Amino acid sequence: MKNMTPDDIPGEYQEHMFNYHDGTQRKVLFTNIETQLPEGRLIVSRTDLNGLITDVNPSFIEMSAYHKDELIGQPHYILRHPEMPSAAFNDLWSTVKQRSKWHGYVKNLRKDGGFYWVYATVIANIRNGAITGFTSVRRRASRTKIDESETLYQTL
Amino acid sequence: MTYNFTVSPDFNPGHISGWFIFNTWLQRAINEEIHLELYNSAHEQRKAIADDQVELIYANPYDATALVRDKGFIPVAQAGNKTDEAIIAVNQESPILNIEQLSGGTRISSTDDPDVRMMCMIMLEPAGLNKSNTITTQRDAYILIAKDLLKNDADIGFFLEETYSELSEMTRKQLRPIVRSQIHVIHHLLLVGPQLAHKKDKIQSSLLSMADDSKGAGVLKSLDFERWVAVEQEEAEFMIDLMDTLAE
Repeated sequence: MKNMTPDDIPGEYQEHMFNYHDGTQRKVLFTNIETQLPEGRLIVSRTDLNGLITDVNPSFIEMSAYHKDELIGQPHYILRHPEMPSAAFNDLWSTVKQRSKWHGYVKNLRKDGGFYWVYATVIANIRNGAITGFTSVRRRASRTKIDESETLYQTL
Repeated sequence: MTYNFTVSPDFNPGHISGWFIFNTWLQRAINEEIHLELYNSAHEQRKAIADDQVELIYANPYDATALVRDKGFIPVAQAGNKTDEAIIAVNQESPILNIEQLSGGTRISSTDDPDVRMMCMIMLEPAGLNKSNTITTQRDAYILIAKDLLKNDADIGFFLEETYSELSEMTRKQLRPIVRSQIHVIHHLLLVGPQLAHKKDKIQSSLLSMADDSKGAGVLKSLDFERWVAVEQEEAEFMIDLMDTLAE
């Protein structure tokens, strides 16, 4: 996956180098600019068994600030924000691989370095008894829950 | 054999005759006897489904989940111009302008339509509202929800968007939507049960060509449908997965 580039970032930013679980690396740039998910919207995506994005809805595209063709086939961690603890994602994957539903508050990174908070739910897609992929639905979170999550994530 | 057909009780009452006309058209199209039974509530309809008294159904997304996963129903088609969206509305004179102005103790008026309730409860989450800190009155029809709002017997009302838009103009002028869902991928489905599964292809092909002849087009108009669109198993499974993620 390509490093983020300053050309896409408005104003000042910080840098972070991710070392992902699959052995790849990526430099991300992030700002303090928040975008709120509008009321009534749901962000929907699907991934394959390896966490590669296979489908996104228009709200996903709009909130991520990427074009659809920049998203399809990419790892879902393209949205991972440096301030999200890896423990949260470890819990997510171990939960859904056991065919249970995972819920959590997630700070996502946009292409322009900004962020948006969501309440995410992820489930395994089970067809003929086998897991074939994963569906994620994200919705607007309450500010109280976001504040609680920020405090908690700083301790993980 | 006579097969039983039913329609999710959240349909617009103005389309009752349309569904009977559709049933007559369908019987001729597939050369089978079909009895249309319209239930007054989701509860009554679910009992009929549990008792295996339904072989063909135009189901809301919530019931479609159980029908496909637990009862072996097969998706056939959806209305091409309709997705299920929900509206939360207030009395026009209410000081509430958006969801986040709502607080604990909010009085809700709602039908027992499960997908609308689910979508609207999700839209209340940003205000920190849920079942435990709201008071819900259940009504049998959307017009009664409008009345609750007009009489200030409820702070907010849950509506299927299509039904809200079909309230009288005078009623709508006295109400104000504060949020509308924009989900786009949840919709009613026409499903066939295992006993009618051998006719799935015939039903589907008949529906897909329905708009091409004047009689079929007239029937579609009576339902306010533009056309039927085929739904394959994986598309329905995707919607069901989505419903699963949203269910509590």
